[in-house]
Order: sequence, then structure tokens, then C-alpha cells
Amino acid sequence: MTNTTETINTVAPKVEAEVLSGPTPRQVLLTKVLGHKGLMFGAIVLLTIFLMALFAPLLAPYDPYHQDLMHRMIPPVWDAKGSWENILGTDHLGRDYLSRLLYGARISLAIGAIAALISGIIGTSMGVAAGYFGGRVDACVTFLINVRLAMPVVLVALAVVALFGGSLQVVITVLGLLLWDRFAVVMRSATLQLRSMEYVTAAKAIGCSTKRILFSEIMPNIANSLIVIVTLEMAHAILLEAALSFLGLGVQPPTPSWGLMVSEGKQMLLFQPWMIAIPGVALFILVLAINLLGDGLRDVSAPENRN
Amino acid sequence: MENILSVRGLTVDIPLAAGTLHAVRGIDFDVKRGETLCVVGESGSGKSLTSLAIMGLLPKQVQRSARVLDFEGVDLQTASNRDMRKLRGNRISMIFQEPMTSLNPAYTIGDQLTEALLLHRKVPKPVARDRAIELLEKVGITAAANRMKQYPHQLSGGLRQRVMIAMALMGEPDLIIADEPTTALDVTIQAQILRLLKDLQRELNMAMILITHDLGVVARVADKVAIMYAGEMVEAGSAAEVFTAPKHPYTRGLLNCIPVPGKTAVGEHLGSIPGIVPSLIGDVAGCAFRSRCDEATAQCASDIPARISPAGHLYRCVHDYDMNQPKSGEA
Repeated sequence: MTNTTETINTVAPKVEAEVLSGPTPRQVLLTKVLGHKGLMFGAIVLLTIFLMALFAPLLAPYDPYHQDLMHRMIPPVWDAKGSWENILGTDHLGRDYLSRLLYGARISLAIGAIAALISGIIGTSMGVAAGYFGGRVDACVTFLINVRLAMPVVLVALAVVALFGGSLQVVITVLGLLLWDRFAVVMRSATLQLRSMEYVTAAKAIGCSTKRILFSEIMPNIANSLIVIVTLEMAHAILLEAALSFLGLGVQPPTPSWGLMVSEGKQMLLFQPWMIAIPGVALFILVLAINLLGDGLRDVSAPENRN
Repeated sequence: MENILSVRGLTVDIPLAAGTLHAVRGIDFDVKRGETLCVVGESGSGKSLTSLAIMGLLPKQVQRSARVLDFEGVDLQTASNRDMRKLRGNRISMIFQEPMTSLNPAYTIGDQLTEALLLHRKVPKPVARDRAIELLEKVGITAAANRMKQYPHQLSGGLRQRVMIAMALMGEPDLIIADEPTTALDVTIQAQILRLLKDLQRELNMAMILITHDLGVVARVADKVAIMYAGEMVEAGSAAEVFTAPKHPYTRGLLNCIPVPGKTAVGEHLGSIPGIVPSLIGDVAGCAFRSRCDEATAQCASDIPARISPAGHLYRCVHDYDMNQPKSGEA
């Protein structure tokens, strides 16, 4: 008798432990992330560009501001007239194109990240407040979203730059203050859905304050959609900066910016097409990488893909 | 024993476009330490709103009023938000109906269990953790230490409901309000959970308000029963009293609906109460049950006073009814 009970007792916890030692959610997520080709491609490219921007002073062969009028518009190395001294050639003032491209990545990434951060904070707080409190707050936020959607970003940016003059700070601020609409819309509907969940009531029932409910019950559950929008808005901000700089309303010369490089190369469009192609391709790859990353994150974090 | 919770004349009104919905219309009850009060009624009878009204968790537009709403000397009507937050989860806790959505999917069981304790008492994390593991074991979860690291989606409904119960017990509350804690579970689990709740309640000497529409559950655990119909407490008293000598026709109707092993013949129709609950929008006068009642008379349309039966339980019906002399004495 004693023997049998003992065997039963020793066997039972083992079975239990096996059931419990399956892959943790983190491991499951990691496998999914590593298996998603688009996400991995986007992440690796973005990381490469980020590292290149970070270590630009070490990587750049020349000072991006150094002009050398004797060596203007040297084509890149693959051209018959190109040389290894300026791998990507030089621009109309003889500045090394590769160095300017590397430093330009800093501008693009900084604008993307900071503008997305500012608009993320504005849009998320507005959206979450509207979704959670409803009523008058919601009506007010919805009105503001509509007002914002009625404003053409480029025209507003043009007006602001005309008033305050173009500079990196102005561009970042303008984009940060204009791109919050999508954050607000998505966060509002996500919060609206969560507000009626019983665990929110349960949190109130154990005595959580409103602040605590918003930050520790609602926020973690909307974080996945937030990350996706952050990436999309980053791409959006980078493209807008390039467009504004191209129009001469954004970052002012001689700061190296990809949009500005396209703008400066446009006079030579027919004779030196690589002057536009190189920063254009760089922009394309950066935005593509960010979008792929965002799409991948959405796929991985979508509830229907959770097993 | 003194009352932990005293409620007198509690009303809950919901303003709607069509008029005011009188969802709870002046109910009275007391709960003592170590006692289980079962609140029984069909959907929409105001059971859940009553529990939310006690917790102060009604939606903003819903109006609550009461002559007395006293929890161990604290007037819940005048208590500030801050004071209410201190009570909730600490001295009054609540077990919710739906174990599938009552746990936050973003946190592990351990995080959610310890949250209430860390929020209300300045205890070190390991202490809260040990207490959580102890309670998980107490509610019958094996390998509790491992379960602490799991997320809600990895647990079955029965396990989640046990976690919910453990969570409600974390702060060693004086009063526990369980809103249909077994509705979402299958019958075998229901029995286990109920026994567990009852045992824990005795062991920790808590007061419990159990909200249910299942009279089988009531018979098993209740000390006191309150039958709610259309926002009113139509009958209330000790469980034995209400079950053996029901005074209100609605209570009798409910009791007729339950099959009794050995008594109800195979193939025989179970009792049912014809009709539906009347609308509670606008002013409601007289007995709300009269449209469905076999014994309704003109008298039922006027105000119904609360009466005390000879055996000492409260009911709201103008008729005298005695189980032992059915129907004969009536007009």
C-alpha cells in the first residue's frame, strides 16, 4: 500500500512539470520573429543603417562639409570616370558623397525617431483618454482629430517654416505636432475595446487608481498596435522630411540630408543621374526596411497568430 | 455577531433616453462575519448592479442612493474615492463572473496575484509571492510555483476561476462578493469551486455575498437567501426557512423549476413561470410579479408592504400562504 502511494506521488509532479515546461510565450514569440522573413530583413537593414549613422564619424572617409571645387561631380566608382578616392563620387561643391550619405542617415533617423516619439506621446495620450473616459473627452478628441485631418501637412509645414525659418528643430517639431492623428485614432479604438473588459473592472475592484489602470492594465495591451504605428509614422516622417527638404522648406544647407541631396542633384538630373539615384535609393531602402519591420511586427503580434 | 455590511433602502437608477430605469428599488440586507448570503434572481433582476453598488463601481451615469450603506462603520456613500480604493481588494474583494476575461492577458498569474497585496500593504515582493503560492495551493492548483510564471491563456477556465478566487483572498478580506463565480464553468468544476469557496470562507471567517441564479448552488452553501425580482427583494430569510416555507409566489415558482431526484418523475414537465419580467422604466407601482402570478388580485396593484412570516423571514406579498394547506383557503 505504502509503496503504491509513494509511486503515485513521485510520478504526478513529473507529469505536471512536463506540461508546464513547454515553450514560454517569450520563446514562442522569438521563434515567430526569427521565422518571419520580412521582419528579419527589415530589422537587419534598419540596424545596419542605424549603426552606419551612429558610427558615421568613424566610417566617413572625409568631412561631409569639406568643399573641394577642383573635384566637383566626380562620378561613383562603378562609372568609367570614377575612382576609389570618392567611392560614391562628389557633389556639385566637391563634397564626398559617401560621407554626406552617412551623415544624412543621422538626420533621417533622428527626424523619424523624434517626430514619431513626439506625435506618439500626443496621439497616444489623446486616444487613450478618449477611449477610456468617453463622453465629453471623447467628443473633444474626435473633433481635434478631424481638425488635424483637415490640415494638409506640407502646407502647414510651409507656413511654419516661412514664419520661423527652416532648421532641423523646426522640421522635427512641426512633424511631431502634425503626425499624431493615426496614433490617436488607433489607440482610441483599442482602448475602447479594452475598457469594457472584465479585468479592467477587476483592477478597479482591487483598488487600483485610474492612473494605474491606464498605465498598467490598458497600456501593455495596446503596446503591440502602438509599436506598429510607431514604425509606420517613422517612415512617414522620414519621407516628409525628405519632401520638405527637397522643396527647400526643411533642413537647410549645408546640413547633409538625403532630401536636400536629391534637391541639390536635380539640376544635374540629365547629366549626372547618380546624384539623385544614390540618396533616392538610400531613402527607398530605409523606408522599405521600416515598413517591413512594422508589417512583420503586426503579423507577429496579431492576436489571431497567437497559438 | 455584528453586521459587517448593512444595506437599507439601496436604489440604483439608470437614466435612459426612454426614461429612468429603476434597476434596484430599495433593498435591505445585512451580512455578518462568517455568513453566506445568496442573492438569487433571474437576469436583469439587479443582482450584479447591487454588488457593483456596494463596491462603488457603477458606471458614472448610474445613480446610487441608500439610507444606510455601512461597511464596518464606514459609510460607503460618503467615503472618498481614496478611501474606497483602500477598501477594495483589501477589505472587500470581488470574484467576477467571467474567468476568461477577468485576467489581464499581458501579465503572468504571479504578477496579477501579488498586485493587490503590493498595492495595499507595504510588503516585500518575496512575501507577496510566497502568499500567492500558498493561496494557489489552497485553491487546489498543483505546481503553484510554476503556475506563477504562466500567462492566463495557458490556463483552463476552471484554473482561471481558481486563480480569481486566490486573487480575491490575497488581502484577507472581511467581505467577499462573488458574482456568479461558477456560471462559466462545467458542472463538476462548479461543485469543486463552490466547496472550495465555502471551506475557505469558514476557515478565514469572512462574510460572503454569493450572487447566482442557480438554486442548486444556494441550497448547498447559503446561510441566508435573498430572492430578487425586478429590482426588489421579494423574499429574504434563512436558507432553511426560504426553502421549506417559501412565502412569495415567485420563490415557489423558482423552487418548482428544480428537478428533485426521487421526487420528479422521468418525463414529467418541470415547472416554469410564464411571462417575462416587466419593464422597469418609469414608475413601477405595486407588485412587479403580478402580471405572471396565478394569485394576483386587485390588491396587488397597490403598494406591497414588507411582511414578516411567523417563522421570521421577510417577504413582499399581500397573500398569506401556507405550504401545508395549498390553495384551499384562497379566493
